[in-house]
Amino acid sequence: MTVGRLRTARRIAAKDLLVERRSRVLVNQVLPFSGLVMVVFAFALGTGGVLERSAPGLIWLAVLFSTLITVQRSFAIETADGALESLRVAGVDPVALFIGKAAALACELIALITVLLGLAVVLYGAEPRAEGIVLLVTTAISATCALAALGTIYGGLAAGGPGRETLLPLLILPVAAPVLIGATRGVEAALGTDRTAVSEGWPWVGLLTVFAVAVGVSGALAFGTLIED
Amino acid sequence: MSGAAAVEMSGVIALLGGFPALSGLDLTVARGEVVLVAGPNGAGKTTLLNVCAGLVPVARGSARVLGVDLTGDRAALRQRVGLLGHRNGLYGDLTVSENLSFWSELVGATTEETDRAVEAAGLAGRLADVRVAALSAGQRRRTALAVLLVRRAELWLLDEPHAGLDPDGRTELDALIRLAAASGVTVMLASHDLNRSRDLADREVTVVGGVVVEAA
Amino acid sequence: MTPTTSPQPTARRATGTRATRVLGIVTLVMLGWLLLFGLVLSPADIDQGDAVRIMYVHVPTVWLAYLAFIVTAVCSGLYLFGKRHSLGFDRVAGASAEIGVVFMALTLISGSLWGRITWGVYWQWDARLTTTALLFVTYIGYLAVRGLDGTRERRARRSAVIGLLAVVEIPLVHWSVRLWRSLHQEATILDTDLDVDIDGLMLFTLFSGVIAFTLLFVWLLLHRTRTIALDDLLASRGLDRAIAERRAEVSSSSPSGGGS
Repeated sequence: MTVGRLRTARRIAAKDLLVERRSRVLVNQVLPFSGLVMVVFAFALGTGGVLERSAPGLIWLAVLFSTLITVQRSFAIETADGALESLRVAGVDPVALFIGKAAALACELIALITVLLGLAVVLYGAEPRAEGIVLLVTTAISATCALAALGTIYGGLAAGGPGRETLLPLLILPVAAPVLIGATRGVEAALGTDRTAVSEGWPWVGLLTVFAVAVGVSGALAFGTLIED
Repeated sequence: MSGAAAVEMSGVIALLGGFPALSGLDLTVARGEVVLVAGPNGAGKTTLLNVCAGLVPVARGSARVLGVDLTGDRAALRQRVGLLGHRNGLYGDLTVSENLSFWSELVGATTEETDRAVEAAGLAGRLADVRVAALSAGQRRRTALAVLLVRRAELWLLDEPHAGLDPDGRTELDALIRLAAASGVTVMLASHDLNRSRDLADREVTVVGGVVVEAA
Repeated sequence: MTPTTSPQPTARRATGTRATRVLGIVTLVMLGWLLLFGLVLSPADIDQGDAVRIMYVHVPTVWLAYLAFIVTAVCSGLYLFGKRHSLGFDRVAGASAEIGVVFMALTLISGSLWGRITWGVYWQWDARLTTTALLFVTYIGYLAVRGLDGTRERRARRSAVIGLLAVVEIPLVHWSVRLWRSLHQEATILDTDLDVDIDGLMLFTLFSGVIAFTLLFVWLLLHRTRTIALDDLLASRGLDRAIAERRAEVSSSSPSGGGS
């Protein structure tokens, strides 16, 4: 390959985001779905104090479920006409493929979490406080990177053949537990839910970052093997 | 020079999940040849192409493609070979030129090369800005071959490229294949459409039961 | 590329050898020993009464579940990074995961029963039980991946990669769950950690339990690995026959060949 790995990754990510801009699946389908999930939580939990106290967790649950769909979409565009196979067969560096797809996924998830945080302010009364903004942003970024890495790894595996799509939730959800735990605690601290101090959130950001890096590096190395049919 | 032949296979056994799709195949293809691979369904034509692409490993026997030993590291081969199955490997939501510039940036091709590929595929002008999903089957197939041109693939492995195309589509496809062959690309074409493909090909081999039974 | 390494059959018809028969007998003896001490000779707990005896199953199965996980991970690594990519390692990894899942299920069930009998709750959100539950589901996923189609080598490589990914992920899961539970400093009702106060005889019985279950694990691992090897052998024997049948297609089709 005369073109460098990062350039390749950037090209792949740009392509994914261009497809989204064209097809608007995220905007038209996934976003309404996540919004609906957040509304439906209120039906399940009632609108008393429980909802406000659970807001951080509910936001990340909605993100988690939406991640599953977003990942499936990300790989559906690759398998519809055998594009991923084409890339693999042509000898495109699988590490670059991984980084590119994970980066695009992370961008999409960041957009998603931003909207959901806004919705949470409206629906759950979860007001962010000034001193927690930095924590909020870093939690969101590290958590979405972690989810993007997980999604790309297992999405690639699940995309490999017919009858594998149902594997995706089974594989992702157990290992997404640390992300759910860490991201929820981080947002709790940022919002001050249950009188948590902002400082209590930072260890969780640390956990999320370690997770994202560890899973990201392993995933990049593993991706080539996982997308083989 | 060891790279004189495009494909050299001897006694190749290739397995698909334990089943011997190729059961001792011998084949030699010279560079720049257009070879028609004929044979009944299930004979192993697709597996033969997949082996040449470096996708299916050689379980027994020896095989060299473009000078690369298939029993060793096959990765180096992939960038030089183009495989086209029944799917085209394109992004339906993107236009022809977007699909092609995606590939040309991946391989470091120039805009002139990309434009030449678009022209050769007969997709220049208005068609270049049409979303791939809105094209006809023949136009999509030619876009996929244009990708192979952009990638400067030396060996084209085409598995039933005429399938699903109307007569005009087939004619245009053949023109593109002839163009590529004229510029030195080696083409192996697996096809049921024997009559027209015989015109296209320099010679024909027949695969039955995982081996070559007849080489004309 | 070397062809599938055909496993050497260890026995004509069965997977037992003298070594495993001896091991089996020792295991049975230890299990009997455990039963004796666990149910009869060790004392009942002051608070929990006889319910504490479930501990002699619950604690060893937890440790063995983690041991099985480690065996799977190590064998996955040995398969992937070893020079010969010996399928034997892949077989052990798969067998260990299967047995590990069974032990994890035993852990969860025994823990659930223990909690129910002693304190009236079927589940406790303590760090160990929660992590075991997540590990259980992760391994079910691993076994599902092992079952996907493909050539033997591809399946092995894919499974090894997934197994190694679990090595990266599980400690992080464990760590985050521990941190999570430590936030709520509730006294865990189901305290399965050994504390200093445990009675000497109970400690001895627990120790016997660990030994008994470890022997059981090894015995099961040996037999399961061998049955997998026999399955592979069957598949590769079928291969030679299939090659012959395949070539017979040539003579059975029309001699002038060509055309559908």
